[in-house]
Amino acid sequence: MNPYNYLYVAAILFTIGAVGVVVRRNAIVVFMCVELMLNASNLTLTTFSRINGDLNGQVVAFFTMVIAACEVVVGLAIIVTIFRSRRSSSIDDASLLKR
Amino acid sequence: MNPTLTIATPEAVMFWFMAPLAVFAALGMLLVKKAVHSAILLAWVMITLAFFYIAQGALFLGIVQVVVYTGAVMMLFLFILMLVGVDSSDSLTETIRGLRPIAITAALGFGGLMVSLIGRATLGREPVGLEAANAGGNVQGLAQLLFSTYVWPFEVVSALLITAALGAMVLAHHQRTVERPSQREQAVNRFRTGSLASAAGLPGPGVFARHNAVDVPALLPDGSAAPTSISATLKARGDVLDSSAYQLDNVDTTVIEEK
Repeated sequence: MNPYNYLYVAAILFTIGAVGVVVRRNAIVVFMCVELMLNASNLTLTTFSRINGDLNGQVVAFFTMVIAACEVVVGLAIIVTIFRSRRSSSIDDASLLKR
Repeated sequence: MNPTLTIATPEAVMFWFMAPLAVFAALGMLLVKKAVHSAILLAWVMITLAFFYIAQGALFLGIVQVVVYTGAVMMLFLFILMLVGVDSSDSLTETIRGLRPIAITAALGFGGLMVSLIGRATLGREPVGLEAANAGGNVQGLAQLLFSTYVWPFEVVSALLITAALGAMVLAHHQRTVERPSQREQAVNRFRTGSLASAAGLPGPGVFARHNAVDVPALLPDGSAAPTSISATLKARGDVLDSSAYQLDNVDTTVIEEK
């Protein structure tokens, strides 16, 4: 086995996350799929850090985690706000700008 | 010449055991109906990734993955799920026509492209491994980078965290636009709106003396189930049992209601 196998897993997980963002209609599930994509990219960064013998990749993955935490906090607050006004967490219901 | 990386058998076994599980869990995330189940599966994927990090010499990232992602972030997700309502299960019908085939085709294309790219591309050198970089300890090495090369991004990220916390507080703050109804107004409303039947309060759940759990509707005098005796949350979750299994067989249903 070589470390490139981790990259395959990361690519597959990223793709699955992307499909989830497009296909699922519940805002919270969509958000979780975004988290999955971020996690997959972190795995890529860590694997390349190992392949290159360089800790810079891990630092970037660490920053990604911090940004993801911020994103989750703000995003979930937005979901709660939308839920308060529309009583729904479906992303199809927040379509005021369409009309 | 750099030393080349050799991967020990335990790590290979771990990888071939956990990687398919992670992929299946991620696929399950797409397919399950309830958001809570998606959250549990995502937590499993994140724990798997923590294993991968630690196996790859990223000890600090592995611990942070468990603490921040499966701890804080997933807890926040579940918290919001409870707040928004566990019954917010996804309708898996597609609202935009033809979206799902297009998405799957695009995903197959993208995934195939990525996988074949990784398979065919070469780095031009052998994998090195982190033994040299982690010689002084993984945390120490990361700290050295974080507080020298990346000290400015680090400070900016701290500002971002504070901004995000403030933003979340502002967004989640809820200002009452109408006055909270007083006890007197609530009592008046109960009699003025709706029927007098519900003025004295809704019937409690449970078929008396046979089964009195909250998920079994109470029986009306004619033997039918009283729909108002069950909490709306239980009903939305689909956790309501059929009370006919607990009702007496010899209920006389010929009683005519008297006005």
